[in-house]
Amino acid sequence: MKGNFITTKFNYILGWARKFSLFHYPFVTACCGMEYMSAACAHFDIDRFGAGWTRFSPRQSDMMLVVGTISHKLAPVLRTVYDQMTEPKWVIAFGTCTVSGGIYDNYAVVQGIDRIIPVDVYLPGCPPRPDTVLDALIKLQEKIQSQEQDWRWKKRK
Amino acid sequence: MPTTDPIEKINKMTTRLQREASKDSLMLNMGPSHPAMHGTIRIMLELDGERILNSEVEVGYLHRGFEKTCENKTYFNLLPYTDRMNYVSPLINNLGYVMTMEKMLGVEVPEKAQYIRVIMSELSRISDHLTCIAAMAMECGAFTILLYKMKAREFIWNVFEQTTGARMTTSYIRIGGVKSDLHPDYEDVLNTAIDETRKVLKDISGLLDKNKIFLNRTRDIAVVTPETAINYGWTGPCLRSTGVYYDLRKSFPYLIYDQMDFDVPLGERGDNFDRYMVRMKEMEQSLRIIEQAMKKIPKSAAQTMANVMEPAEAIKASREKKVEKRIKLSPNLEGSEQDKYQDIFTKNKKIIVPPKEDTYSSIEGLISHFKFFMNEHGIRPPKGEVYFSVEGGNGELGYYIVSDGTDKPYRLHVRAPCFHVMAALEEMIHGHYVADVIPTFGSVNMIGGELDR
Amino acid sequence: MEKKKIIDELKQAFPEKIKDTSSEFGDDAVTIDKDILLDFVQFLRKKPHEYTMLLDLTCMDYLGKEPRFEMVYLLLSMTGKHRLKIKIPLPEKDASIQSLASIWKNANWLEREVYDMFGIRFIGHPDLRRLFMYDGFEGYPLRKDYPLRKCQPRIRLRK
Repeated sequence: MKGNFITTKFNYILGWARKFSLFHYPFVTACCGMEYMSAACAHFDIDRFGAGWTRFSPRQSDMMLVVGTISHKLAPVLRTVYDQMTEPKWVIAFGTCTVSGGIYDNYAVVQGIDRIIPVDVYLPGCPPRPDTVLDALIKLQEKIQSQEQDWRWKKRK
Repeated sequence: MPTTDPIEKINKMTTRLQREASKDSLMLNMGPSHPAMHGTIRIMLELDGERILNSEVEVGYLHRGFEKTCENKTYFNLLPYTDRMNYVSPLINNLGYVMTMEKMLGVEVPEKAQYIRVIMSELSRISDHLTCIAAMAMECGAFTILLYKMKAREFIWNVFEQTTGARMTTSYIRIGGVKSDLHPDYEDVLNTAIDETRKVLKDISGLLDKNKIFLNRTRDIAVVTPETAINYGWTGPCLRSTGVYYDLRKSFPYLIYDQMDFDVPLGERGDNFDRYMVRMKEMEQSLRIIEQAMKKIPKSAAQTMANVMEPAEAIKASREKKVEKRIKLSPNLEGSEQDKYQDIFTKNKKIIVPPKEDTYSSIEGLISHFKFFMNEHGIRPPKGEVYFSVEGGNGELGYYIVSDGTDKPYRLHVRAPCFHVMAALEEMIHGHYVADVIPTFGSVNMIGGELDR
Repeated sequence: MEKKKIIDELKQAFPEKIKDTSSEFGDDAVTIDKDILLDFVQFLRKKPHEYTMLLDLTCMDYLGKEPRFEMVYLLLSMTGKHRLKIKIPLPEKDASIQSLASIWKNANWLEREVYDMFGIRFIGHPDLRRLFMYDGFEGYPLRKDYPLRKCQPRIRLRK
């Protein structure tokens, strides 16, 4: 292990802070949106895990939930919204349609959003149950904690 | 400079509004990813200050090729696609497709299955209206409504989950019947759902009905006359809000709706508030229908669970002599037992999935199972075209199926109710303020999957 | 009774122009020439029939047969509680028909959808553009000769 004690601790603290304040941008298009609503509301309460703030502005959000089928007509919009988000940013592919195109294997649907934007957590299910959504969120938090954090004063390689 | 790149050529979009708009006015773009546009839709507005001079609605962002895909699936396999059309009330979509097929095949469904279908489709209607009002109120700023409505919806979805095994995309209503019988304890869960929904509806009425902010944003906004509504082909709650009495459950009764006692709530002015009010009242009526159906539903024959064997034992025993006892099925296959079949499935064996016990224990059962699922076999309706419609959450949900005698539909077209409602949106928001677009759009209940298919 | 009546009346009002009538599965349908479409629907809209609502409008593609396309109009009479289907065959070489957008307002979008999916041209339509697919999309996806999986992306996709 190279690197000194202060940097690694700072890295850890920054990761801890980031993982519990995920402002998310729901890019809701289709069916999975109903389960997203369930997950966000009182019964399942995504707020318990620090992701309660829904920011409907890509510039203020850290995490994008791509919820529902992405068609070829919508693909440029998704790309634009992703580009508008500020670093650091994470993406959850919510539902089978976003993971691989799902049951819609035809002329109109993009076969997986990883062909447009990078994805951090794949969340299958058609649609996924709210419990699975929370599981995916926890997986993402683990990923954020274990990542090497990017911050302003850090020397870029 | 002319471009030769095909991708750049595609992105050179021109719209009607860009051509028509005058140079002095302000152009504003709402959507396709907009906080107040639940679902993906793009509205381009030409503004004079805050007032809308002209607008253009662009749809198709959720076009998933439903009709083309269905042409390449067998009649049984395309059922899950219908779930995902109007994803707020999937069971009504199932029902529409299944009843169209039954009309084509000339199949009678047992009475119990009809009652189950009515209960399920009314619950779906409530879930649809709940979501619509929740989204409408939330976009007007009343976040509490969303939380309350989602609470009620969870209780309704508990009923679905208990009986069908899935929360929303259930594929529960099958050609010739329903997938499985109601759960033995369904009454408790259903009663809880009804009570909770009643409570929530009362709370919401208290919060919204006389709320001045809500009234200001909805009363006399986007008024639609009955003539215009009929001219646009509106059906369902939106048409009834203008005062036209047209409900498929009354005009063209299907299932057992003619034996049910319920009212059709009508609006007076046809504005946003009336559309909200009609939906609220319709939920009350749906609850009434469910309660009546619960009382009248025929009791099924007593289930004999004592005389069952583990599958491994049965195989062992069958090597020596013919086994009389039934096989214990895995909980995943619940509802596929022989004795339940009589209650919930039609007697025409050719169009239903054979009972799972037969599939696992006899060679004839296995063959009939394969015959059902194999390509070029399975359900093969006669040649011809058929149209049938049910009262969906948004209005008349019609299926138009053309069969060429094979196991796949030659063409399947859906008459989506909210397509016709959305076609009127440009006219509805004309002359109003930008802020009025939001409650108007919320009150018509646009469902992307159904609109774009 | 009602069903038989309306078809008989139509046969009297438009002799020779009605090519065929049918009522398979209980759905009444009339097949007519395309040049009388506007007169025909205006006749049906008036009293006593009052088919005031255009429920649906779609198209069929019978590839390999002549005429290839078939337009289907579904009308609803709310007073008579009856639906009537109007079918109009269209040859592939001249796939165009009068627009109904001046009579029913929802025909505007419905015809745009049919143009988008099948490439039928509507004469007199105010704004005939694609509805679901985007500008620059080549071909008509619901035609039988369009492959199911042939996509035309708008942005470059990664492999």
